[in-house]
Amino acid sequence: MATGIKDKVAILGMGCSKFGERWDAGPDDLMVEAFEECLTDAGIERNQIQAAWMASCFDEVNVGKSALPASMALRLPNCAVTRVENFCASGTEAFRGAVYAVAAGACDIALAIGVEKLKDIGYGGLPEFGSAMGPLNMLWMANMTAPGGFAMLATGYAAKYGLDINEVKRAMAHISVKSHANGALNPKAHLRKPVTEEQVLNAPQIAYPLGLFDCCGVSDGSACAIVTTPEIAKSLGKKDLVSVKALQLSLSNGEEFAYDWDGAHFITTTKASTAAYKEAGIKNPREEISMMEVHDCFSITELVTMEDLHISERGKAPRDIMDGFYDKTGKVPCQIDGGLKCFGHPIGASGLRMIYEMYLQFHGRAGDRQLKDPKFGLTHNLGGFPIMNVCSIGIVGKYAGK
Amino acid sequence: MVGIVSYGGYIPRYRLSRMTVVQNMAWYFPVIMAVAGGEKAVANWDEDAVSMAVAAAYDCMEGRDRKTLNGIYLASTTLPFADRLNAGIVAAALNVPENGATNADFSACMKSGTTASLAALDAVASGRVTSILVAAADQRRTKMATMLEMFYGDGAAALLFGNKDVIAEFKGSYSVNCDFVDHYRGSGKDFDYSWEERWTRDLGYGKIIPEAIAGFLKKTGMKIEDFSKVIYPCYFGGTHKDIGKKIGVDGAKLQNNLHNNCGDTGAAHPLVMMAAALEDAKPGDKILLASFGQGCDVLAFEVTDKIKNLKPRKGVKGSLAHRAEFNNYQKFSKFRDLIKADLGIRGEASSNTSLTVLWRKRKFILGLVGGKCTKCGTPQIPVLPVCVNPKCHSVKTFEDYEFADKEAKVLMFTSDLLSASVDPPAVYGMVAFDGGGRTLLDFTDCEASGVKVGMKVKMSFRKRYTDGTRGFTGYFWKAVPQMEGGAA
Repeated sequence: MATGIKDKVAILGMGCSKFGERWDAGPDDLMVEAFEECLTDAGIERNQIQAAWMASCFDEVNVGKSALPASMALRLPNCAVTRVENFCASGTEAFRGAVYAVAAGACDIALAIGVEKLKDIGYGGLPEFGSAMGPLNMLWMANMTAPGGFAMLATGYAAKYGLDINEVKRAMAHISVKSHANGALNPKAHLRKPVTEEQVLNAPQIAYPLGLFDCCGVSDGSACAIVTTPEIAKSLGKKDLVSVKALQLSLSNGEEFAYDWDGAHFITTTKASTAAYKEAGIKNPREEISMMEVHDCFSITELVTMEDLHISERGKAPRDIMDGFYDKTGKVPCQIDGGLKCFGHPIGASGLRMIYEMYLQFHGRAGDRQLKDPKFGLTHNLGGFPIMNVCSIGIVGKYAGK
Repeated sequence: MVGIVSYGGYIPRYRLSRMTVVQNMAWYFPVIMAVAGGEKAVANWDEDAVSMAVAAAYDCMEGRDRKTLNGIYLASTTLPFADRLNAGIVAAALNVPENGATNADFSACMKSGTTASLAALDAVASGRVTSILVAAADQRRTKMATMLEMFYGDGAAALLFGNKDVIAEFKGSYSVNCDFVDHYRGSGKDFDYSWEERWTRDLGYGKIIPEAIAGFLKKTGMKIEDFSKVIYPCYFGGTHKDIGKKIGVDGAKLQNNLHNNCGDTGAAHPLVMMAAALEDAKPGDKILLASFGQGCDVLAFEVTDKIKNLKPRKGVKGSLAHRAEFNNYQKFSKFRDLIKADLGIRGEASSNTSLTVLWRKRKFILGLVGGKCTKCGTPQIPVLPVCVNPKCHSVKTFEDYEFADKEAKVLMFTSDLLSASVDPPAVYGMVAFDGGGRTLLDFTDCEASGVKVGMKVKMSFRKRYTDGTRGFTGYFWKAVPQMEGGAA
C-alpha cells in the first residue's frame, strides 16, 4: 500500500532567476542564475548532484530537445539528466522526478530545474501552438490561443451560476489588483506596478471577456530546487527543514471535451487537490492551508481554481475574492509573490518558482511579503486548456519529523 | 420519368452594396457608377466554390438518403485544385459511399453547370444510375474598380437528378457550342480578362442565347408561349430584357437575373436562377433554362405534382433573406487578398498538410463523422479508440455517426484578438450537439458581440486554412451561430 511522499524528502536549497524580458540572457544564463543561488543555498558542490530533471515546454523555440542544455549549462557531473515536458505542469514535473528519485532511494541528492526563454520569438504572447499541435489537430482544431482557451471558461462560469459577466469580471479584476499589489513587493517579479480595479476593467480586450490585465505576463526565467532526504539534510547541518507533503498530478481524459462537463470548473484540479490533501493529511484546507501559489495564467483560472481546491464553495469564489479572503491580509493569501500575473509564465520554470516562494516563506526570507508562521503552502499548475488539461499540485511545509 | 428530384441553393450571408464599391473606388474608374444599384453576395473569407457547393448540396439533400447517390458532379471555374477531384471533396463532405459512385468536375466554362446537368440527365436516362447530384458554385476574384467587380457575386446551387419522385420532368435540350470569348481566365491567372461590353452584349448574350433557344424550339417543336418561366443569365439588365423581346417572352415570365440581390454567380448562376424558379413553381409549369459561355445549353422541364411533396428548404430565397450587410470595402478587399495586411509572425506557422493523416481521418475531417458507441449509445467526436463514457470505456465499438446535420448549442465561447485570423477576432467555442456529443469548433458567419451561451448553432463546411506555399486548401466544419441580421 502506497504511503505517499509526505515528509520523505526535504528541500536542501532553492534558487530563482530574476523573471522578465531578459533580452540580456539566454536559457543557459537563466539556468545558471537560478542554479548558482540554489547551490549556494544548499551548501553543496555541483558534483554531489546524482540525478537531475530539467523542465521546458516550448523546446522548439527555447532550448531544443533533450536534457543536454541543462547538463551542459550547469556542467553537471555526467549524471542522469532527464528533460520533462507536460505543458504548464512541466516545472512541477521536474520537481516530482527529483523528489521521487530521492524517496525511492535511487539517489541521495537530486536537482530539479525549469527554464523557459519565451522572448526570443519576435512577437507577444506565448509561441503559436499551431506548428506544435501535431498533424491531426492542425487539420481541425480551432486556432485557440492561451487567453482564448481560458476566456471560454468565464462565459461557462457566468452561465452556470446565472451571473452577469460583469460581476465575474469585477471579481477577476480584484484578483489581478491583489496580485499586482503583492508583485510590487517582490524584487524578482517582472511586473512591479500596482494597478487599480478601474485600470483592469478598462484595459483593452484580448479574448472576450478577458482584458489585458486578466492575462499574466510573458517572461523569461528559471527556477530550481535541490532535494534530498531529511536525514542527509540534517547531516549537512540544515535546520527548520522544509519538506514535501504531497505531489499530485491529474490529466484530462477527454470527458470535458467530448462527453460531459459544465464548463465552469476543472475536473483535474478537483481530483488532484483531494488526493493531495489526503497525502498531506489535511482535513480542512480552508482552515489548514496557510498560503497558495496557484496557476493564475488568467484571472478567471485563479477564480475557478479557488473552488476546485475546495477552499471556496462552488459558485462562491467571487464572494470570497471580493471579501479579500485571498488578499495578502486575508485568511489564505494567494499569489503572495505576485503570481504568474507579475512573474509572467516561463512555462518550464513556473512550478518551481511557486515552490521557491513557499520555501522562502517557511524560512522567513520573504522580506516585505513575509507571512506570519505559515503551516502548509500549496502550489498549483494548470497546463493546456480548460477543455483538456494537465493539473499538478504540490504541498510543502515544515518538516514534521525529528 | 427522368428529371429534377430536388433542388437546393446557397448564397453567402454577406452582401456588399454596389454603392459601397462606388464610394470607395469610383475615383479610380467612374464608369462603375452606371451600375451602382443593388448588392452582391460576398463569400466569407473561409468560403470557396467547394464549401458553397457543399452548403447547396446539403440544402438539396435535406431529409434524403445521401447514401443512394450514384455520383456528384461539381461545376465551377474557381475550383481550388487543378489536380485532385474537387467533386470528391464535396462527396466526402456529404459522407456518401466511396464505392460505386462516379464523381466528376465540370469546369472552365460559364455553362459548365448546365452541361453537368445534361450529363447527369443522360446518365439517369441511360438506366445505368438512378440519381446524380449536380452542384455548381463560383467565387470569382475581381480586380478593384472594374465592371466585373460590380457584376460578379458568389453563390451556389444544387440539383438532384433522378428517375423517382421527379418534381420537374426533363423535356428535351439543345446546345450551341462556339468559341465566343467575351472573357477568359488564363491558366494560372487570378483574374478574368474581358473584351468590350458592347460586343459581348450584342453578339454574345444578345445573339447566342436567342439562337440557341430558337434551335431548341425548332428541334423539339415546342413553342415559347408554352413556357411559364424562361431562365438565362445576363448581368446586363437592358440586354437581359432585350433577349426576352427577341425570343417573344414578356417580362413577367423572365426569371429575375438576381443582379440586385446577389450578382452573377458564374458557372452556378443558371442553376441558382433555376432553383429560385422552382421555389415558386406550380405543377404544370414549363420552365426553359439556358446558360451562356462559349455557346449555350437549353434545357426544358415540366413541373409535376410531386413538387407539392417537397419539404421546405432554405434555398435561394431563404439564403437571400438571411443577409448581413458588408459595409467595409477594405475588409472585402482583404478577404479577396487584393490588399496586403499583416497577419503578424504568429500567422506564419507552417501548415503543411499530412496527406496520410487526412486519408485516415477523411470521414472526420471532411464529413464531420464521429462515432456512436454500440454498447452505450454515446455519440462522440472526434472518436478515439476507447469510448469516452466513463461508465463504458468499450474499445472500438463505434458505428459512424454524422454530426454535420445536427444542431448544437453554445456551451462556452470567446472572441480572440490574439489568434491570427483574416477576420479578427477569431470566435470559437465548445458546442453540445442535440442528441449528444460535444466538441470545440471555430465559429463563422457571426459577429462576436451577438454570440451567447446557449445560442443555437448549425454546422457549415468551410476552408480552415490555405497553404499558399504548396497550394493546398484545408477544410473542416465550423459552427454558425443562428443570429438574425448583423453587419460587418
